[in-house]
Amino acid sequence: MSNSNITQEVVERIKSTLGDLVKGIEEHKGFVTVYVDPENLVKAASLLKSMGFDHVKSVTVVDRIKEKVFHVGYHVSSFSDPELAKVVVELATIISREDDAKVPSLTGVWTSAEFQEREAYEFFGIIFEGHPDLRPILLAPDVAEKRPLRKDFVVKEEGIYRE
Amino acid sequence: MSSDVRGMSVGETRRIHGLEVKKIARDLYEVFIGPQHPGSGHMRIIVRLDGDVIVEADPDLGYVHRTVEKLSEGRQWIKIIPLIERMAILDACNVTLPYVEAVEKLLGIEPPERAKFLRVLLCEINRIASHLYGMGIFGVFLGHSTMYMWPFGDREVFVELAEWLTGARLTHSYPVPGGVRRDMPEGFADAVRKAARYMRKRLEEYRKIFLDNPVIRRRLEGVGVIPKKLAIELGIVGPNLRASGVRYDVRIVEPYEVYDELEFEVPVFEEGDALARAWVRVEEIKQSLNIIEQVVERLEKMPKGEGLMHDRFWAKAPPLFKQVLQKEGRVKLMPIMAMLRVPKGRAFARAEAGRGEIIYYVESDGGITPYRVRVVTPSFKNAIVFKHVLPGHRLADLPAIYGSIDYFPPEADR
Repeated sequence: MSNSNITQEVVERIKSTLGDLVKGIEEHKGFVTVYVDPENLVKAASLLKSMGFDHVKSVTVVDRIKEKVFHVGYHVSSFSDPELAKVVVELATIISREDDAKVPSLTGVWTSAEFQEREAYEFFGIIFEGHPDLRPILLAPDVAEKRPLRKDFVVKEEGIYRE
Repeated sequence: MSSDVRGMSVGETRRIHGLEVKKIARDLYEVFIGPQHPGSGHMRIIVRLDGDVIVEADPDLGYVHRTVEKLSEGRQWIKIIPLIERMAILDACNVTLPYVEAVEKLLGIEPPERAKFLRVLLCEINRIASHLYGMGIFGVFLGHSTMYMWPFGDREVFVELAEWLTGARLTHSYPVPGGVRRDMPEGFADAVRKAARYMRKRLEEYRKIFLDNPVIRRRLEGVGVIPKKLAIELGIVGPNLRASGVRYDVRIVEPYEVYDELEFEVPVFEEGDALARAWVRVEEIKQSLNIIEQVVERLEKMPKGEGLMHDRFWAKAPPLFKQVLQKEGRVKLMPIMAMLRVPKGRAFARAEAGRGEIIYYVESDGGITPYRVRVVTPSFKNAIVFKHVLPGHRLADLPAIYGSIDYFPPEADR
């Protein structure tokens, strides 16, 4: 079966498993995004896990500064189910872009999200509620305070002369 | 101050054999390992010990973080390639390829067949070199100095092949959107066959001196066991995952470039211990040798000097560019690349790098720079092993486990 056929089949299965939780489905190049409301995130994640999506490939946060929202996505797939392994699904939610934006942690569902949620916390300042150990992982604490991957953190390019 | 823990009071800190040791409770010590190059690159593990048994381990990463994701948002599409390949310079083709593929997905193009074969050729040369590097570092960890010298010497064979093909020993910047930057040189196929013959012989010697060495086996067998279920739960990748009995390799699961046209096996071991992880790498080198032999054979049968760059870019190239390709086998970068605009959209691409699956999420708003580049490297995924697998082992097993994971800080920190 080609990958696009499997994708279609998996999308149908997700729709029937998640039911009303699904707020929208978008097909992108190489993955499918399933939107849910933040309060349904943990429930949706548990359902996806019971379908066989057993690990998180990437916790992907995008700062959509114009729309004043954060896009928080979990790219998940499967190691144990060879058919599901061919598909990458992004479980995503949109939260408003505040200084202490909050979203429930999915580390309890997928242990593989643990370090990546810490990374999203330090770079975007998103607080993952219920995370067992939420603190910076790559950055020094004073740098993490600046939330460097937010779009309003602008890197100043230095010239060749120091003034 | 004495150089051991005798007579230490709770809360006191001493430097013992270069390690900072703090007594945090009666018979409980906190030991800082690193960050000055405990293995390959700077990282630190804070371990808490009850006697010599690890009760808690806290990997402290980020000492070589270079803000790759942030810098990518301010660079033109093509300039990101030399930036990201610095995460794992020896594995440059594997590390940059999914980025290039993601950009190609957004552009809606696929490179010509010859370019795909050339990409696979360099990817597999990189994989062999990367595994040899990892095995050498593993040797250092175990105090086996021969196993450090041999793979580092033999790695040179593959680094030189890469140099001959691309012009650079490391950081080749070889795949670019639409194709590759150089054709296979004259005589390269024979050099690949010679290297493969040589390396097979050497791997047999590695087995005798290292993998079947009774001392090494005692230190690795049953040490750092990651059961299949735990490996899946932690989301570890690459040889470490396959050593735990999971048959997951992106080259099989979602074949990219021309991997579906090549014959190779995916070595899987059930034991999940440090020895199995070492064996997976050896077996994978054998498979990669088979692949590069197949690839050069296919490349020899194709017409030379064409099929290196997609027509979308190449059709408009001035005559000088085509002359340079004919004479030198070199694809000059077209000016259009510098100010390339990529259509609006989101793309996800994955590839099997030497240390495991690497993924890119690329988002374009139609501009000359990406809106967002997200990269998750295999070493960052594997770092979680330190936290969840080390506890329960003796401190003396830490180097064996660390070495067997083939953890590479510059790649993890990005």
